[in-house]
Amino acid sequence: MNAITEIDTGVLQVLDLRVELPGQVDVVSGISFSLQAGEILGLVGESGSGKTTLATALLAHARRGARIVDGQVQVAGQALLSLEGEALRRARGSLIGYVAQDPATALNPALRIGHLLRETLAVHPSGLDRAAQQHRISETLRDVGLPQDPEFLRRFPHQLSGGQQQRVMLALAFVLRPRLIVLDEPTTALDVSTQAHILATLRRLCKSQGVAAVYVSHDLAVIKDLVDRVMVMYAGRIVEMASRDRLFSRPSHPYTRGLLGAIPDVAGRRELKAIAGHAPAPGQRPPGCSFGPRCERFSAACQALEPQLHALDVGHEVACIAPHVQPLQAIALAPIAIASAQIAPALLTISGLNVAYDRQVLFDITLQVQPGECLALVGESGSGKTSLARAVAGLGENAEGALSYAGRPLPLQSRQRDAGLRHQIQYIFQNPYRALNPRQTVYQTLSAPLEHFFKIKGAAARQRVDAVLERVSLPASVADVYPHSLSGGERQRVAIARALLCEPRLLICDEITSALDVSVQASILDLLRQLQREGLTLLFVTHDLGVVRAIADRVLVLKTGRVVEQGVVDEVLDRPQAAYTRALLEHSPSLG
Amino acid sequence: MSEPSCKSPRTPAWLSWFIGRLGYGLLTAWVISLVVFIATQALPSDPARVILGPDAPLESILTLQHQLGLDQPILWQYLRWFGSALSGDLGESLDSNAPVSDILWGRLGYTLVLLTGVILVVVPAALALGVALALRRDSRLDRWSLSLLIFLKATPGFLLAIGLVLLFSMPHMDWLPAVSILDPDQSLLRQLKFLVLPVLALSLTALPYLTRMVRAAMIEALDSDYVVAARLRGIPYRRIVWGHTLPNALVPAIQGVALTLRTLIGGAVLAEVIFSYPGIGTALNAAIQMRDLPMIQAIVLVITLAVVLINLLADLLTVLLTPKLRTARRVTMIQRNRRGITPWWRRSRGDA
Amino acid sequence: MNEPQIRNGALVTALVIAFALLGPWLAPQGSTDMVGPVYGAPTGSAWLGYDFLGHDVLSRLLNGGLSVLWMSVAAASIALAIGSTLGLLAGLSRRRLDQLITWSADVSLAFPDLILVLLIVSMLGRAPWLIVLTVSIAFIPGVIRLARASAVAVAGQEFVEAAQMMGYSRRRILFKEILPNILTPLLVHFGNMLTWGVGMLSGLSFLGYGVAPPTADWGLMINENQAGLLVQPWAVLAPAILIGVFAYGTNILAEGIGRRSARMGDKQP
Repeated sequence: MNAITEIDTGVLQVLDLRVELPGQVDVVSGISFSLQAGEILGLVGESGSGKTTLATALLAHARRGARIVDGQVQVAGQALLSLEGEALRRARGSLIGYVAQDPATALNPALRIGHLLRETLAVHPSGLDRAAQQHRISETLRDVGLPQDPEFLRRFPHQLSGGQQQRVMLALAFVLRPRLIVLDEPTTALDVSTQAHILATLRRLCKSQGVAAVYVSHDLAVIKDLVDRVMVMYAGRIVEMASRDRLFSRPSHPYTRGLLGAIPDVAGRRELKAIAGHAPAPGQRPPGCSFGPRCERFSAACQALEPQLHALDVGHEVACIAPHVQPLQAIALAPIAIASAQIAPALLTISGLNVAYDRQVLFDITLQVQPGECLALVGESGSGKTSLARAVAGLGENAEGALSYAGRPLPLQSRQRDAGLRHQIQYIFQNPYRALNPRQTVYQTLSAPLEHFFKIKGAAARQRVDAVLERVSLPASVADVYPHSLSGGERQRVAIARALLCEPRLLICDEITSALDVSVQASILDLLRQLQREGLTLLFVTHDLGVVRAIADRVLVLKTGRVVEQGVVDEVLDRPQAAYTRALLEHSPSLG
Repeated sequence: MSEPSCKSPRTPAWLSWFIGRLGYGLLTAWVISLVVFIATQALPSDPARVILGPDAPLESILTLQHQLGLDQPILWQYLRWFGSALSGDLGESLDSNAPVSDILWGRLGYTLVLLTGVILVVVPAALALGVALALRRDSRLDRWSLSLLIFLKATPGFLLAIGLVLLFSMPHMDWLPAVSILDPDQSLLRQLKFLVLPVLALSLTALPYLTRMVRAAMIEALDSDYVVAARLRGIPYRRIVWGHTLPNALVPAIQGVALTLRTLIGGAVLAEVIFSYPGIGTALNAAIQMRDLPMIQAIVLVITLAVVLINLLADLLTVLLTPKLRTARRVTMIQRNRRGITPWWRRSRGDA
Repeated sequence: MNEPQIRNGALVTALVIAFALLGPWLAPQGSTDMVGPVYGAPTGSAWLGYDFLGHDVLSRLLNGGLSVLWMSVAAASIALAIGSTLGLLAGLSRRRLDQLITWSADVSLAFPDLILVLLIVSMLGRAPWLIVLTVSIAFIPGVIRLARASAVAVAGQEFVEAAQMMGYSRRRILFKEILPNILTPLLVHFGNMLTWGVGMLSGLSFLGYGVAPPTADWGLMINENQAGLLVQPWAVLAPAILIGVFAYGTNILAEGIGRRSARMGDKQP
């Protein structure tokens, strides 16, 4: 890797940045930091932390309704916030680049890629003539790992894969050779292996061209190998800023500790601790420290004054009056089910399952699930894992094969299963925002299966509903609201409650935490482990190997519809046999 | 998943789709003509009696019925009519005994001129207004214009027309003729002033919907992620509006124009009657009152074919202007279920 | 119901409906009595003057709303009922049935509705119920398309699949899961149909195919008094204004409902 010449070029300087919503409600405030050339900063926070707002504010842009009201942003000596009109337009792109989160929507479906690249170059004065511009485009495409032939340039975005689309976004940002690049979770929508490649490309480009980068992410594990420094945000403030190594080994702010303690790591099974409560929305921040109400070190002094960022050590700043100083320790855990030979017969057996829509998605799948265990189904998109889960749940259209449950044959269509069987197998969907009927209150949604399966109504039903809500850690008042007033995590808990009310023996979870924040995910995984201890069998579909390590006893790896490998989790993840599994492990972000 | 480096297929997929749609459209037109024919022939009123008058003796009526072929089974009559229609002969008007085709083409021409005039006025106006309002969303201009458009939209078309007639019949406002008495011997271009009011009336009825549709399409495009991404790349705003959003807003606008045309054909009937404009609308009205069956059947056929043609063109343009559809292997304009998984009640494979 | 548009629209619509319903009791003269000079100017006893046959315009106005209004409400309601049923059926059943219904709807939509109505009414006579049925036939294909599209969109959502997995009966799924979620677009469309219905019905009357004279009817009044437009504008203007106001009211109401549902739409990530 090339060494960067040690010029003291502070590329980015941010001072006291503040963005507000109407009514003087602040989204982010008091943001100050700086970046050197070639340095990559990871900006980490959960939903509502203001990280995206900060990222776009670096380009002097605020989303509809928000305004940048105070502060300074200096890029390569230029005060960005005082620029207007033409000057601002020129600074954007040529001085700072931006890569959006979802390449599928960030690329204009009506324009060809070559056109986008040429246009970006053409609207900025670069002193390059046509030939030189063409050369620059080819160079950039080569740098990001895309073909440079004219045929490729004539493609439309929908003719590219997700990874290629994101590389085009990278190319569009780098083609102008900016001094700073802001990336807003650019790999969230991509597969693990694609993500790994793109991150590697990004790091290489930044270092070789001396471009500073701000990489926004909600996932600390993803950025661990990418960044030089990390900045953690909570409720619109910076709570901690440190070098990468320092932050991961000795996180000092309680929130950072909480985050790191909640992230499941593929390297080893550890105890996951959720952070109680949830982040305050803008305008509802508690007095003093915003994290206070959720912090285990909370004291009266925390409520009195908002803590300012102060230096704990060289290059390590934290905004807390009682920061941690010891290194972080992870507590290793053992799996729940003993992986020795099972005497009990399998609860669920699948043999020769084939599913085909306009093309075949599952080929001759055979597997078994033991009672009381958690079996994880792992694969990337297109592997067929969701189709498999749906077939077991009784939503299997176009499926054929033999299923057997508790020794008896299990029909593939839920309509053909008798009621006594149907309530024992429950399914939780990935998208909590569509899993509940928007026109029914939570109580109506929850009481319906009670009446349907067990003929329980009225006061007895109410009692059961209250009990299950408590079990999933939701207040009883939730029963009378409509889904649109609940958050994603709360809705997912309601979905789990609905499943629990059916007294299931087998619970199928289809990527139920992908749409949720890390801390919320930890609490739901915790709940599931608790349920497993009480005797529930779990079939858990996920693409995240860290979650597999955290919750599963056995794992089954799927690739394009076929089983590649299966076995006890520790065996498969520590000593993978198949090349595909090895590749997956290699690309999975890890904290260890 | 990405496609491998594209080899263009022999026949582009959209072409085979287009031919399929063409067939479908012709089928539709044929069905409608059949239905209307049977409906009109199955009427209580008897064309023979209409021609000969109520006092004619029974024999003459029977003879005429035989001559006109009215005593044959309906389907045979239809086939005979259809057959001659294919060769251009649409029968003779019961009212004037002139060949229907002669009357028809003349009137059709006038109506086409009227409709063309309306399109030439409405489409640019709606585009300009729609884009302007989208760019100034939620401003005072936007709010007032929207209210005005809603008001226009709510007013039934014929009321607008009558209002215009009233307005221009008043003593000091008679510089536009309220009644379009066109001289068939003179070229239409010399008599343009007769067109102004009907065109204006129809334009006012068509403007609200199209403007709002263009506005909505532009707003959706302006709010999209790719516009934000382009702005953050430093692309000038003007260029974004004209080069980035307009191509995407065009497609819904084309569907809007097609819908407008279809409604206009209906509205033209009323407008022509009010202004006494000698087009297809007044011809249809007169034919209905006179029970002039061949005329009615011919006009219905022409109108149906026109609507089918409009729909076809609109769909074709939509496919050609949407890169995703244009380059697709198989053109299905049906929205796929997001996961590509079919709902439980469908046994078929793949298609939602 | 706190959206101002809904309030205003409902108010205006209700006012016109009240006018039409109570009108016959308030009319000073009989609607078919010839009591004054042809095209007579407004006087103290005839506030809006006299029409082409010497009827009192005000009396005819008060009597003339009922037919237009009940016919548009009836036509819209019938179209809504039949169209939603067919649309739901199409969206939720086997491919064949769906294709059949959709194709029929497309074919009917291919034809401009006014001409369709004109043809049928002129052929089969002017009985009010027939007119209502014909206008609703013109509206049904649009409702079918809307109901089908909404039903398909809702039915693809996970909570419907959850209900199906639980084993709820199809009828229960239809009425409890799907129907409540497609009501709003259908309601908006109902408002639009009221607006178009009034326009179409008065247009029909104007062309002479609606209610037969000498019954008082707003559209018919416009037709009858055209010739005297310059002499006695009120005979044409008054019914025209009322028709316009009703159409405007229903339009605003529909818009308001549409806006409110868009604002309260589910927060999707």
